Amino acid sequence: MKTTSIASLLLTTALTFAATAVASAQDKTVKIGALSDQSGLYADLGGPGSTLAAQMAVEDSGLAAKGWKIDIISGDHQNKPDIGTAIARQWFDVDKVDIIVDVPNSGVALAVNNVVKEKNGVYINSGAATSDLTNAQCSPNTVHWTYDTYMLAHTTGQALVKAGGDSWFFLTADYAFGAALERDTSAVVTANGGKVIGGVKHPLNTPDFSSFLLQAQSSKAKIIGLANAGGDTTNTIKQAAEFGIGKGGQKLAALLLFLTDVKAIGLETAQGLNFTETFYWDMNDQTRAFSKRFGEKMKNGAMPTMVQAGVYAGVRHYLKALEALGGNPHDGVKIVEKMKSMPTEDELFGKGEIQPNGRTIHNAYLFEVKKPSESKGPWDFYKLVGTVPGDQAFTPLSESKCALLKK
Amino acid sequence: MQALYAQLLVGLINGSFYALLSLGLAVIFGMLNIINFAHGALYMMGAFVAYFLLSLGGINYWWALLIAPVIVGIFGMILERTMLQWLTGLDHLYGLLLTFGIALIVQGVFQNYFGSSGLPYAIPDQLKGGMNLGFMFLPVYRGWVVIFSLVVCIATWFLIEKTRLGAYLRAATENPTLVRAFGVNVPRMITLTYGLGVGLAALAGVLSAPINQVRPLMGADLIIVVFAVVVIGGMGSIMGSIITGFALGVIEGLTKYFYPEASNTVVFVLMVLVLLVKPTGLTGRAA
Repeated sequence: MKTTSIASLLLTTALTFAATAVASAQDKTVKIGALSDQSGLYADLGGPGSTLAAQMAVEDSGLAAKGWKIDIISGDHQNKPDIGTAIARQWFDVDKVDIIVDVPNSGVALAVNNVVKEKNGVYINSGAATSDLTNAQCSPNTVHWTYDTYMLAHTTGQALVKAGGDSWFFLTADYAFGAALERDTSAVVTANGGKVIGGVKHPLNTPDFSSFLLQAQSSKAKIIGLANAGGDTTNTIKQAAEFGIGKGGQKLAALLLFLTDVKAIGLETAQGLNFTETFYWDMNDQTRAFSKRFGEKMKNGAMPTMVQAGVYAGVRHYLKALEALGGNPHDGVKIVEKMKSMPTEDELFGKGEIQPNGRTIHNAYLFEVKKPSESKGPWDFYKLVGTVPGDQAFTPLSESKCALLKK
Repeated sequence: MQALYAQLLVGLINGSFYALLSLGLAVIFGMLNIINFAHGALYMMGAFVAYFLLSLGGINYWWALLIAPVIVGIFGMILERTMLQWLTGLDHLYGLLLTFGIALIVQGVFQNYFGSSGLPYAIPDQLKGGMNLGFMFLPVYRGWVVIFSLVVCIATWFLIEKTRLGAYLRAATENPTLVRAFGVNVPRMITLTYGLGVGLAALAGVLSAPINQVRPLMGADLIIVVFAVVVIGGMGSIMGSIITGFALGVIEGLTKYFYPEASNTVVFVLMVLVLLVKPTGLTGRAA
């Protein structure tokens, strides 16, 4: 009796596997959901541009010519975790989405991370910064492309401390992202012999920063670290100039600054700021060619931000993995494992890899904003100051708290 | 203590915007009985018109202070003539819904063309730099904002409460038929009043352009707070909205100092408290 039941169990299992294999070999349909802030303070750095990047990745993959059917839908999470998870659930349950991409705003990103794991989908995050996505809250379904708070802290933060900025005051956006960036940067500051002498948490999407800037000014800290992003950062930088910060000897550290932010501030005010990105449109012929194609499809001719570039690269790699699998198995863990087993390489980020915790490793670049006299065109903003190799920029696996590593 | 003075002053600066915007709302509500939800969008248009004047026509900030409110004011009068005037005598709700719809359309159009992160607008050369007041560094531009808005607020109050034209206006809202019998063109007066209220919003927009980014959602972010100001001050009361505007700016500034996390919500907490004690608002009369 016992042996027969084991035998039948084995047989059933074998049959199921065979059936899945057959199904996956035949199924060449994919549905991609681009979930982003489509209208708020992060819409320009992700938003419609991210959806476009995903579309371009699908076109460039050439899979349509090989009989694949790949659809893209987009959604607006409005920077609210509850809205983000509701959309994600509907996408998996009703619309049969296979993969969610982008998701700027760390609060929303962490919430969606749980949904994707529960539904066994694939999640390629490009827009969110929190290093928790591949650390304490890592998931076998998640790949974190582009950048994270650990990387920002260990590049911009470290460079500034080493250049003599040994006392810090933080202006921090009061949600998951700000907290993570402040935590990771504080660790770097203290590890390098500096100290954090204070900070203030401001609500997300604050139009006026003068009260907070006055507090930063009276703290007498050498560096005012901006642990915020998008519209909040542009307003802070603009208003800091107004209050004479900079001229008074204090230096602003824009820990996270995007191309669209520099555009919004204007070179006059932004010149000289140091910051880190992993992609800039004007790096080489390949990035310029891609960006030109991208800009032609954007309404205002905008060049891609690193977030949008990350969406493109992530979707390309995902589709390569699916092609290597011979079809879409609709099994998130299996696809992400395949993605991790293949080295990453594309026109925008160059060669890299996805670590077992889901972190994509590639170069990071220290930039400085050009003076107005140095800029030759409407999007010519950055000077390259230095390159940090991926293995030094991102969390070393030995320090990662990701549960996936403890097998 | 010094820091406290600084926060009080910063609060006063933000209060100037609240006062200018709530003043326009109060004028429009007092005279037209319309809850003008499009006010934030019109404020945003003021900033954008200033930006266009500078970048396309080379027209500087000082002229923009004059021209932008006129252009946006005319746009407002067209709105009033073509849409709002048909709402006379209907429930407040219709005006609110219509103007809310207008705001969404205007914001949507701007967002579609200009994205969400905004456009830079430099502080005019004459107002660059700042003064060291001992307890804080005051940017000259911010000082200018406080003084200029105070002057505009007082002038508007004077116009409505102390002049013959203002008297006609107030009479027309009480009894339009009677005023018309005296040979006053009431509909034209109402249109001009809406234009004035809208112009005040656009003026606040121009004032704010050099401080904040010129963004399609700049009005949407502010309008809810301004409505809270108007409700706290008492709907339709001119002086009430000016004083409450400045006062709430200061209270918000102090919150940013003592408990920054609550700075976005303190105004609404106050609104709840005031309405619990005095449902008509601080200076409002019972309807």
